Amino acid sequence: MTTATLPSTAAPPAPASTADSLPLTPEQLERFGEELDAVRQRVLADRGQRDVDYIRAVIRAQRGLEAAGRGLLWAGVFPPAWLAGTAALSLSKILDNMEIGHNVMHGQYEWTNDPQLSGKRFEWDTACPADQWRHSHNYMHHTHTNIVGKDRDIGYGILRMSEDQPWHPYYLGNPLWATLLALFFEYGVALHDLEVERQVKGEIDRSEKRDMRRGILRKVRRQALKDYVFFPALSGPFFVFPLAGNATANLVRNVWAFTIIFCGHFPEGTHEFSEEETENETRGQWYFRQLLGSANLSGGPLFHILAGNLSFQIEHHLFPDLPANRYAEISVEVREICERYGLPYNSGPLHRQFGSVVRKICRLALPERGGALVGRAIRALV
Amino acid sequence: MALKLAQRPKLGFLDAFAGPHGVDGYLEQIDPLLVRGECRAAVSRVERLTPESVTLALRPNRAWRGFRAGQFVRVAVEIDGVRHERCYSPASAEGRRELEITVKRHPQGLVSNFLVDRARPGMVLGLSAAEGDFRLPERRPDSVLLIGAGSGLTPLTAILRTLLGAGYERPVALLHYAPDPERAIYRGELARLAAAHPNFKLLRSYTRAPGLGEVDGHFSPTHLPQADPCFTEAETFACGPPALLDAVRGTWANGLEHRLHVESFVPPTFVPAGEAGEGAIRFAESGVEVENSGGSLLEQAEAAGLNPAYGCRMGICHSCTCRKAAGTHKNLITGEVSSAPGEEIQLCVSAALGDISIEL
Repeated sequence: MTTATLPSTAAPPAPASTADSLPLTPEQLERFGEELDAVRQRVLADRGQRDVDYIRAVIRAQRGLEAAGRGLLWAGVFPPAWLAGTAALSLSKILDNMEIGHNVMHGQYEWTNDPQLSGKRFEWDTACPADQWRHSHNYMHHTHTNIVGKDRDIGYGILRMSEDQPWHPYYLGNPLWATLLALFFEYGVALHDLEVERQVKGEIDRSEKRDMRRGILRKVRRQALKDYVFFPALSGPFFVFPLAGNATANLVRNVWAFTIIFCGHFPEGTHEFSEEETENETRGQWYFRQLLGSANLSGGPLFHILAGNLSFQIEHHLFPDLPANRYAEISVEVREICERYGLPYNSGPLHRQFGSVVRKICRLALPERGGALVGRAIRALV
Repeated sequence: MALKLAQRPKLGFLDAFAGPHGVDGYLEQIDPLLVRGECRAAVSRVERLTPESVTLALRPNRAWRGFRAGQFVRVAVEIDGVRHERCYSPASAEGRRELEITVKRHPQGLVSNFLVDRARPGMVLGLSAAEGDFRLPERRPDSVLLIGAGSGLTPLTAILRTLLGAGYERPVALLHYAPDPERAIYRGELARLAAAHPNFKLLRSYTRAPGLGEVDGHFSPTHLPQADPCFTEAETFACGPPALLDAVRGTWANGLEHRLHVESFVPPTFVPAGEAGEGAIRFAESGVEVENSGGSLLEQAEAAGLNPAYGCRMGICHSCTCRKAAGTHKNLITGEVSSAPGEEIQLCVSAALGDISIEL
């Protein structure tokens, strides 16, 4: 990588920076990489009982919340039971997807050799089949983070999240598409690798994705039967209460996961990259791209657990396979290293980061020139 | 042989409700032994019969399918959050609800030291299905000769207990080699069996305490006629360190091989079996074996015509993770070298040092 596209904090779009504006010399970049490698090595050598105890405690809490949630929703005809059950089930799904599923499937606990914590064997409580997600997320997204054209997490194939994606009238619907994606996020994630928009454009053949489509259908069916048929059926004539509770829990999880995940890479200040500038990256450059492409969320310990520690998106992207329960403690060091090298460390509270994501979604709905015009018009008015 | 530890049972009625974690995912929160898809056992009794060993009685869960006397199981022990597997031959008779294993301390053995020092009732261990061809044939032989030393006594004790417990009345003899009576595992039990069963002949040799046993010195063919005058006719089972087995094989070399069954008990190696670029790589599930070129295991698997899953090829995404059944590997990024069996390793950043077997 020789250049990094500067963040466009205001319209008109900021010009792409040149090699001269890169804040570090190749030697500095190499030392920066070595310092981060040292952090990683230290945590690797220190992994042990407390990490396993932590993830097992989270799993225990999730299984308990789920059992309690299902039980309460069975009696969901009583409003307090419905509310408590829906809350418990929402929390269970959030923990299952974020702190357990996402992290275990990264192989963060594979060193334990425990089959229950094996990334390859884990399956989660969401529409996306685990094996497909491991490919699209662990490999495609984490290796090619924020490279426009390679990282499908940039807009999930339906949103315009970067100036480097050429504008099209379709993107006028950006805010609407984003709202729909948030509400149905689990299906958005499930369909992620089907590359439907490329099928529509005829870039890839429908038949190429047949096995993938079947896998998704199988998982979606199994999940839907469980949440919308089997468990409601247990309540007999009052089936509508668990049905509504399960749907609400899925919705809450969808919106929460969307919020956290979009705050990871799209607040103002995060960068996107082109394929050319990331060719033949060194390890230091790779770390540099991960840092610039990610943003953290500040908050308390419970918030970080519910965010699956993706609130430490920077640490997660630098070290995707270190146990997530370590991100909080290493974030202090990472931040200090970044400060020493004069590199940005993008962190802020949820409302600020998410507000910035919403503004970006709306701004990129319009073409840059138009955006600039609108921007000027607004400034003229104020 | 592939070890499927987390084989999920077929999706049944209850699993449709339980969702992606299956019923086991909830049952194990109540009691780790309630799971149906993974074999586990609780330690029910701990005895330290010699200063350097521990004898554990294990109560397996319902996933356990039993074993044949002489076979071994892989026992998984968690130490500081990491699961380690070692092979142990149960010493209990076939068909009993409880299994018994005896673990001898190896000076540098992580698992053996942990169990000898720290095993306590209630501890939960992982178990594999029983494996191995070293086992008592279902058709009972006309006479049986057992030769063993060290922890090699454990499968022989299983054979002996199985035979005598089922009322076997043909001649059985055991040649038992130990440094001294103190360190002879199952000493009391064997003496009791010999007293109770006139058809069982026990010959002990204490190599560092001559005169205390029925015979003296290391294994020698001269011990055999004392154990069984017709030893060439007996179905013979030998288990112990390589030196003993070499001596036994030498004696059974002239057309008697078909009567001899041997099992080598070697402590796990703590030094790499070879250098990068030495030895052979075995991809166990594909049945492919290639010479180790020294490159990453992923590249070598592909060069051998296999199609392993992969992603980033730089140690990030864990798409290519596979279990290593045995052998030593080096992590090409961290430089870490490990010989532990049953580890999950990333093929794209691991190279073999000497012989290795990968479950691919």
